[in-house]
Amino acid sequence: MHNKSVAELSRELESGKISSVELTREFLDRIKAEDKLYNSFITVTEDQALADAKTADEQRAAGKASVWTGVPFAHKDIFCTNGVATTAGSKMLANFVPPYDATVTANFRAAGAVCLGKTNMDEFAMGSSNESSFFGSVTNPWGLSSGDKRVPGGSSGGSAAAIAARLVPAATATDTGGSIRQPAALCGITGLKPTYGRVSRYGMIAFASSLDQGGTMARTAEDNALMLNVMAGFDPKDSTSVDRAVPDYTATLNEPLKGLRVGLPKEYFSDQLSPAMEQQVRNAVKEYEKLGATVKEVSLPHAKLAIAAYYVIAPAEASANLSRFDGVRYGYRCENPQDLNDLYTRTRAEGFGDEVKRRILVGTYALSAGYFDAYYLKAQKVRRLIQQDFINAFKEVDVLMSPVSPSPAFVQGANTNDPVTMYLEDIFTIAVNLAGVPAMSVPAGFVDGLPVGLQIIGNYFEEARLLNAAHQFQQVTDWHQKLPQ
Amino acid sequence: MSISREDIEKVAVLARIRVDEAQISALESDLGNILNLVDELSAADTANIEPLSHPLDAVQRLRTDEVTETNQREAFQAIAPATEDGLYLVPRVIE
Repeated sequence: MHNKSVAELSRELESGKISSVELTREFLDRIKAEDKLYNSFITVTEDQALADAKTADEQRAAGKASVWTGVPFAHKDIFCTNGVATTAGSKMLANFVPPYDATVTANFRAAGAVCLGKTNMDEFAMGSSNESSFFGSVTNPWGLSSGDKRVPGGSSGGSAAAIAARLVPAATATDTGGSIRQPAALCGITGLKPTYGRVSRYGMIAFASSLDQGGTMARTAEDNALMLNVMAGFDPKDSTSVDRAVPDYTATLNEPLKGLRVGLPKEYFSDQLSPAMEQQVRNAVKEYEKLGATVKEVSLPHAKLAIAAYYVIAPAEASANLSRFDGVRYGYRCENPQDLNDLYTRTRAEGFGDEVKRRILVGTYALSAGYFDAYYLKAQKVRRLIQQDFINAFKEVDVLMSPVSPSPAFVQGANTNDPVTMYLEDIFTIAVNLAGVPAMSVPAGFVDGLPVGLQIIGNYFEEARLLNAAHQFQQVTDWHQKLPQ
Repeated sequence: MSISREDIEKVAVLARIRVDEAQISALESDLGNILNLVDELSAADTANIEPLSHPLDAVQRLRTDEVTETNQREAFQAIAPATEDGLYLVPRVIE
């Protein structure tokens, strides 16, 4: 059962071939047996999951089931879960048990899905390798036969690794600069970052509020559509949530792709991309041509400035968001504070890890008197230029296709010495967040036995078109079905 | 662009993060590298470009001023490091 998709599991439950309690137990047993190797979970909620599964079975017996009723899944440990520890991968929140649910959490609860636990992540979602988690690195299920332990990508590395290892069929994730797409690519699964504002941020621990977006991870595009059906929608509790009708994302999966106009941004096929990676991406584009798509080169002339703009805007917003962690109301507090300032400064020095501190300091610097115009305001102006690039490109084409990452999963520890080297991992994903458009990562081949992702970028609110394009690709390829050894 | 020890000390005070002597050298190099990376921005021509603070250029949504939440003080304070009589405790500020 653990190799089946959400759609398949839902049908098995509906047919009565298996109960949710049996299914839940199977996945919990897999987590117990295998997750020592991956460390993809921070918290496993066994008792709650089995109780929820029992309720789901009763619901189904009573004829009150939805697609998700009784289907196991997991939440990235950035979504608040009432009564269950929510850590954001940080010592600062290691003891934090939220007294409320995030809207995304509540939505899955209402749909009857069974949450197995909370997945590991880079601390406060700041990282591209899942090595900044207070709860330890996550190991990618791919590439272990070579004897090296590789990163799963980040920051949603726990969700991606758990799905790739078949410990769970689907998991929530978030993406501020590539944190869904890059780990999805490195772990050989399918992930979607929706349009900014499509999924509520309420109860999703904030990193950079104008960039953060909750999204989906699963093996297939169809499962991503099933997840987005639950997650998307207006939420009055999120001031930047968009009040706009939500389509049934599964309804258009089978539309033919004939006439789909694909653009290849020439800036994303640069010398930062290894020839082997480029070959896989170009092969995937050829599949789209076979499916009836037309392909042309386009330009995103300001894309090269995206990393620079991002590393002003994201740290600046993070420095403001993370000022709430003061050791007073919840979370970590240092021992024996001498005075209030000692309480603040020592709590934050001891509670945050190195990468989080670096970003808070950079952000504080960029926002400080005398530097605001040169850094923050300048970055916001460049952000508009980057957005304009996408608006112009989508006048000519329906979707953009590119690599997700410049190289496949790297060995743990390879990029931890210099933060800037790690930042360049997101060179093809970051502009999407600055513009706020939706994008997916779809398994599209292998280099040296390691998965390669194809990035498909769409215009605002065109998640259905992306899912359709990804689903059609998955009808004629089997990259998403490959299993790690 | 490089960042000086004094800048780092000042920013650490603003950010309320204690930074000890041993960490400053590493931060000088790391933050200096990050600032070098973002210095690419200065070359961009942004004359007459409006800053973008929200991808959809949305404005703050307002709601009617009425009570929508119930008081959950006990639930919130149950997870606080230190409370007494419904108040959050911090080290003495006024003697």
